[in-house]
Amino acid sequence: MNGFYLSLLVFSPLLGLLLLAFMPRENEKGIKFLGFLATLPALVLSLMAYAAYQGGKGLDEFSERVRWIQFGGFGAIDENLYTVFYELGIDGFSLLMIVLTTVLATLASIASFHVKKEWKGYFMLFLLLEIGMLGVFTAQNLILFFLFFEITLVPMFFLIGKWGYFEKEKAAYSFLIYNGLGSAVLLIVIMVLFARTGTTNIEALKILVNSDNSQLVAPISESLKLGLLIALLVAFGVKLPIFPLHSWMLRVHVEAPPSIVMLHSGILLKIGAFGLIRFGLGIFPEQFRDLSVLLAVLGVVNLLYGAFMAFIQDDFKMVLAYSSISHMGIVLIGLGALNEAGIQGAIFQVVSHGLISALLFFLVSVLYERVQTTNIANLGGLAQGMPLTAGFLLAGAMASLGLPGMSGFISEFMAFMGLFREMPVLAAVGTLGIIMTAVYLLRAVLAITYGRSDREFAGITDIRSYEWAPVLILVGLIILIGVYPAVLSQPIESIVLGIGG
Amino acid sequence: MDIETLQSFEWGMMAPEFIILGVATILTLLDLFLPKRFNRKHLGWLAFAGVLAAIVSSVTLIGHDTDSILFDTFRLDSFAKAFKLLLLTGAALVLLLAVDYEPKEGMAEYRGEFFYLFLAALLGAMMMSSSGDLITLFVGLELLSISSYILAGLKKQNLKSNESAMKYVINGSISTAITLFGMSYVYGMTGTTNLKAMAGTLASLSEQQHIYILGMAFLMIFIGLSFKLASAPFHMWAPDVYEGAPTPVTAFLSVVSKTAGFIIMIRIMFSIFAAVPTGGQEAVPMLFEMQDYLAFLAGATMIVGNVVALRQRNIKRLFAYSSIAHAGYILVAFTAMSYVMFDSIWFYMLAYLFMNLGAFAIIQLLTANSGNEDISEFAGLYRRSPLLAVAMAILILSLAGIPGTAGFIGKLNIFMGALMVEPAHYVLVSIMIAATVVSYFYYFGIMTQMFFRPAAEGQGKIKLQTGITAAIAICTAATVIFGVMPQLAFDFLQTNFNQFVDFMQ
Repeated sequence: MNGFYLSLLVFSPLLGLLLLAFMPRENEKGIKFLGFLATLPALVLSLMAYAAYQGGKGLDEFSERVRWIQFGGFGAIDENLYTVFYELGIDGFSLLMIVLTTVLATLASIASFHVKKEWKGYFMLFLLLEIGMLGVFTAQNLILFFLFFEITLVPMFFLIGKWGYFEKEKAAYSFLIYNGLGSAVLLIVIMVLFARTGTTNIEALKILVNSDNSQLVAPISESLKLGLLIALLVAFGVKLPIFPLHSWMLRVHVEAPPSIVMLHSGILLKIGAFGLIRFGLGIFPEQFRDLSVLLAVLGVVNLLYGAFMAFIQDDFKMVLAYSSISHMGIVLIGLGALNEAGIQGAIFQVVSHGLISALLFFLVSVLYERVQTTNIANLGGLAQGMPLTAGFLLAGAMASLGLPGMSGFISEFMAFMGLFREMPVLAAVGTLGIIMTAVYLLRAVLAITYGRSDREFAGITDIRSYEWAPVLILVGLIILIGVYPAVLSQPIESIVLGIGG
Repeated sequence: MDIETLQSFEWGMMAPEFIILGVATILTLLDLFLPKRFNRKHLGWLAFAGVLAAIVSSVTLIGHDTDSILFDTFRLDSFAKAFKLLLLTGAALVLLLAVDYEPKEGMAEYRGEFFYLFLAALLGAMMMSSSGDLITLFVGLELLSISSYILAGLKKQNLKSNESAMKYVINGSISTAITLFGMSYVYGMTGTTNLKAMAGTLASLSEQQHIYILGMAFLMIFIGLSFKLASAPFHMWAPDVYEGAPTPVTAFLSVVSKTAGFIIMIRIMFSIFAAVPTGGQEAVPMLFEMQDYLAFLAGATMIVGNVVALRQRNIKRLFAYSSIAHAGYILVAFTAMSYVMFDSIWFYMLAYLFMNLGAFAIIQLLTANSGNEDISEFAGLYRRSPLLAVAMAILILSLAGIPGTAGFIGKLNIFMGALMVEPAHYVLVSIMIAATVVSYFYYFGIMTQMFFRPAAEGQGKIKLQTGITAAIAICTAATVIFGVMPQLAFDFLQTNFNQFVDFMQ
């Protein structure tokens, strides 16, 4: 495979972006179709990479590396000191995330057909967002990671603020400030590491930071390492989100257009988990072990808090938002367990929740398109008017609450198995959350499907034409993972074994 | 001085200064003798051509050896060459704005003055960057300041412009007086005004008590020059002056004049006070002992600039506070005094020059016609002129330090410098990053206006003029290019200026 395969993959949406720039503003159909087409090259390339990997190809062969910036002019001392490379690469985990991103991006672009105005600007920002997300998962050094990380910030701000619902601008600002602070903290960590070691390459940092007599520009003390890890936890905790830092995410889930929320809760939240595993666990393994109890406690708090809050919501989008918080708790629980099963459960949960929440938000988009409300009380009796939608909603909820045979079950099971081995008491408390998940999801979904019907469903169509694609693909993937989890476990095997206790 | 001594000097080193001086003189004469009906706009293009010629001649001087003429008062070292290029580029862009400046109340009858005063101010700034003597430094500073006072009040019929000039004169003179007072102490202790000679005398300071007098001198000079940088708590004049002055003048003050402020600061501080030993157990130079004070002012500047900017509705006041904040960022690099200090200040200045001048070009375009400087003037810009809105968005993102733009690389450079020294400036860096996040609020507030709000009734197409369009295009392109390929600028620095080692030779 040629040397710039990953660059091609990451920047392929750019082609569509440029073509869109020349489309006339009023051509609604053309723009929507082009926006959808533009996500396809990345999808095809990522699936090809996955297939090649399954065919036995080494992931190292995808790496690419070009000199980019050299700060400070230390070339005379050491050619690579303070040099930032443009370097992309993948391991098993990031390969999974890339496939997930491209699949969800394509499906979200289909969901975007529901967008009502200014399609051109919408799809251009949408594609920019996709570039950012793909870049985050392939970046091999921290500066490049940060660059792509911030690239997702700007389009999200506009997508929420312009195409969202009633309080969209407030949501956009709250997104901007929370995530701005998160990335500010991240930037401090990155710059401290860069200034003190002279490199930002993740693999190099793993070695430099953890060996006792490595040659550093300036020393990194043990307490500094712990401080840096806590800073990372805050930075990615905003993104994930971890309990006290979550309020922005509720607003975004409720106010942003559903097609964007599919990506937001499907991918962007996962960057938090990805970052914690990749950098937190990768660069500071010893300190991570010290903090594992804290992580597990935070995870249980997230799980229970999210579940109890979801139980009392009137708006279905709010239920899903709190459910996301609750499910991210399971990721933390898996990470806190810090053994093979736990980490595997966490990664499974990342992928599985990405698919499930994308499915549920797509259904929300379908619902809102037809009945203009997401209030649970107003949606009652959906099974009469839209039996298919109601059926898939139930399927999504089942997957979400962890019905065996679907992806949610595997991940929850593994994460808890990990935690029961390390901290049984905490895990026992956590299982309450699993029960609560079933309670709040069934309460909401049953009220919607079978509840008292206050409206006529005359003239309201069920799922039709292009709307079938996302629903079927997502349900298919959820069941595939549930039945045959090896599609996920095999790529991440090396990572899990590297960490496993 | 007889004619032979004069001829023995290598005047070619001063070619850029002579070009500016010559063009300014010609413009003065032309303005005086040309008939009234002659459109003075053409003089602007002549001035622009003069600055371009000066840029060319500075570029040819890059390879020139480090040398000094006129008894060490005029130095041509890497520092001078590098920062002179910044000043000239900034001035060229400002002139592009000035050519197309047409305020509502009109200023046809004194348009000529507009251009040659810019050149005079520029000449002052250039002299400062090359000077090796307190006298020439001070003369340069005064030339810059006095020209700027007049420029600020050039809209004679406008009340705010007059207020602005008045405030600027009073504040400026006080600050000059304080600077001069500080300088007088140093002169008194050393008996010379030559920076190199001063450093030599101070290095062998016999009486330990003198250190306190030098400390006084340091603080006074620093405070006096802080006015020029508009750093807190000496920033009060900036918003009023920026608001009242004609927009090209505001752009000039916020970029060229600020760069000049940093130039004179570095010249004096690093020449004189880096040489003063403090005596204690660890013999660090006095400059390093003063880091805490500098750090405090840098932090205060960033916080004040960004927080007060949140409440501004007038776009020029908003940019005044934003430029105060940017002065704070550069002060962080100055405070850290790392190996990469010159590089990072130079690069940040370069990035700031393009992003800020580009933003001012767009501000001028939008506000000049209506005379309304409220931030709502930007409402619906995306609808009225998508390209202009995107350009402004790029410039604003760069000011906010979002990756992919020159502003981000500039900030990275500063962070790196502040964190690589031992002990690292964690607090200062944290303040800087937090202040940056605060700045998102008002920068994205402008974005909200441009992209989310509908345009007001009755606003038609925006009329684009040649000069301003060129300025916007250059600035936006440069912001992106230096953001994606900063190595262009770094290579230029590293191959030509070799870490500025000849600063004190």
